[in-house]
Amino acid sequence: MTTSPMAPPRSFLWSRRIFLTLLTGFVLVPVYVMVSSSLKPLADVTGKFRWLPSELTIRPYIDIWSTVPLARYFVNSLVVAGAATVCSVVIAVFAAYAVSRYDFRGKRVFTVTVLSTQMFPGILFLLPLFLIYVNIGNATGIALFGSRGGLILTYLTFSLPFSIWMLIGYFDSVPRDLDEAALVDGCGPLGALFRVVVPAAVPGIIAVAVYAFMTAWGEVLFASVMTNDTTRTLAVGLQGYSTLNDVYWNQIMAASLVVSVPVVAGFLLLQRYLVAGLTAGAVK
Amino acid sequence: MTTTAQAERPAVRKNPPGTARGPRRRTGRIHRVGLPYLLLLPALLLELLVHLVPMVIGIVMSFKELTQFYIRDWGAAPWSALDNYTVSVDFDAPVGEALLHSFLVTIAFTLLSVGLCWLIGTAAAVFLQDAFRGRGLLRALFLVPYALPVYAAVITWVFMFQHDNGLVNHVLHDQLGLTDKPSFWLIGDNSFIALLTVSVWKGWPFAFLIVMAGLQNIPGELYEAAALDGAGVWQQLRRITLPSLRPVNQVLVLVLFLWTFNDFNTPFVLFGRTAPEAADLISVHIYQASFVTWNFGTGSAMSVLLLLFLLLVTGGYLALTSRGRRKAS
Repeated sequence: MTTSPMAPPRSFLWSRRIFLTLLTGFVLVPVYVMVSSSLKPLADVTGKFRWLPSELTIRPYIDIWSTVPLARYFVNSLVVAGAATVCSVVIAVFAAYAVSRYDFRGKRVFTVTVLSTQMFPGILFLLPLFLIYVNIGNATGIALFGSRGGLILTYLTFSLPFSIWMLIGYFDSVPRDLDEAALVDGCGPLGALFRVVVPAAVPGIIAVAVYAFMTAWGEVLFASVMTNDTTRTLAVGLQGYSTLNDVYWNQIMAASLVVSVPVVAGFLLLQRYLVAGLTAGAVK
Repeated sequence: MTTTAQAERPAVRKNPPGTARGPRRRTGRIHRVGLPYLLLLPALLLELLVHLVPMVIGIVMSFKELTQFYIRDWGAAPWSALDNYTVSVDFDAPVGEALLHSFLVTIAFTLLSVGLCWLIGTAAAVFLQDAFRGRGLLRALFLVPYALPVYAAVITWVFMFQHDNGLVNHVLHDQLGLTDKPSFWLIGDNSFIALLTVSVWKGWPFAFLIVMAGLQNIPGELYEAAALDGAGVWQQLRRITLPSLRPVNQVLVLVLFLWTFNDFNTPFVLFGRTAPEAADLISVHIYQASFVTWNFGTGSAMSVLLLLFLLLVTGGYLALTSRGRRKAS
């Protein structure tokens, strides 16, 4: 339609205007509530809802760090999500390269199995996984349950199926002539992967990394069962503001905003890669 | 995983360069035959450890009488044959009845949520297809709900749905006067609406993202040709855009369906451990059946039934859509 010689009719323009306005409102209201409430004194959020703060205060942003050990949760989330992302991307690159470039027995079984894990209800393997981690811990002394390591291991497999699937599509779109030329030039298969295929697939890899990080940063179910006081992540830690007698909504909103800013900013910066990655890979 | 890569690299270097596929160069064939498996190994091991083995254990557990007394040593729990299943599907007894109710609620919720997410996402993507002022800004803005961590987004909605100090009651009751008295949103029948609202708010940008990516693969010439033939925007939408998006939509709808159906995070943050009956999604229901009553055998049986249902639906869906695709081509 971009290149259409005719201007779109008024009916289209009006529907677009109305629809986009309503949608913007729907999207923005919670964001506004989050931002404005985080700048309100406690009285404003315990009484009737007010659109505007009675006075602006940054108090909640100071208090959030002492009401609960937010900094520790933050570091935990950062370590867990960061490590899970790096591992997940590296593993997905290897697997996707194998599927995209080689014919081997069991290829179809592999892709189908990996993709089908997407439909497993998390609740089905929560308890068995818990038991496995406890048993591995008892048998080998490697503490997986309650540790960051266990959580990293779990989260990286959550994003793995989607990452592999998307990277297969992306690698398929990188011409094979390129890596065959690299092989002729004396690179091994891994050299071809890292010198040719990976650089050509950077948008796809960034997209996958963004997805993996967001998945790990936002997960609640396993975090609530598999962490203890020292390894608690933000997803569980934020609930600490409301178990007390008072519900500090202004602090909750401030904390929510603080934990959202890194992911939202990163996401918006990298979203063009995500769209490009999806365009070349997944939706082709 | 690093060890695999390192172990592999020297072996590969020794080989004369060979093509990745085709048996033209036979030297180092073993390495080439083994290489794909080596590359897959880390992914495979992890999937086995975190998904497949636990699933098998979960299935085994569903045949055991696994109550709190056997948690320490679940292998010692007595076998109970199909007891857990008969309890789960005995719809006249309380446990089965509650499960059936939760299942139906989940289906209704999933269908509505996926439908709305798809509709809003597609409409937004189509309306943002043309270049106009502010388009980039809107696109970024629309992705914000998706980018926000689930708990941060949902907790904000919890605040908005509060009875006394929430925005929703303030607007509906105080400002617009639509309700006689402030409503409860997080308990009672309204909780279904609350859950659906949050789920759609959070979920539609994913559909938007995918459809937007799909739209970029439609060649512009199609639209030019259609415009020359005198087709208006609405006709182009119906004749070109929607049919071209079909393959994308087929995957998108399936993924949305599975994610929404299995969603745990949203209801869990919205309602806490015990969801109100009207919004008792199956994941939370099973979680509650397992962890609140400490009856893991029955919980596992319910999960297995859920998995069977999802397998059936996915299989049927894939068969149906691939047949449709074959007919179309």
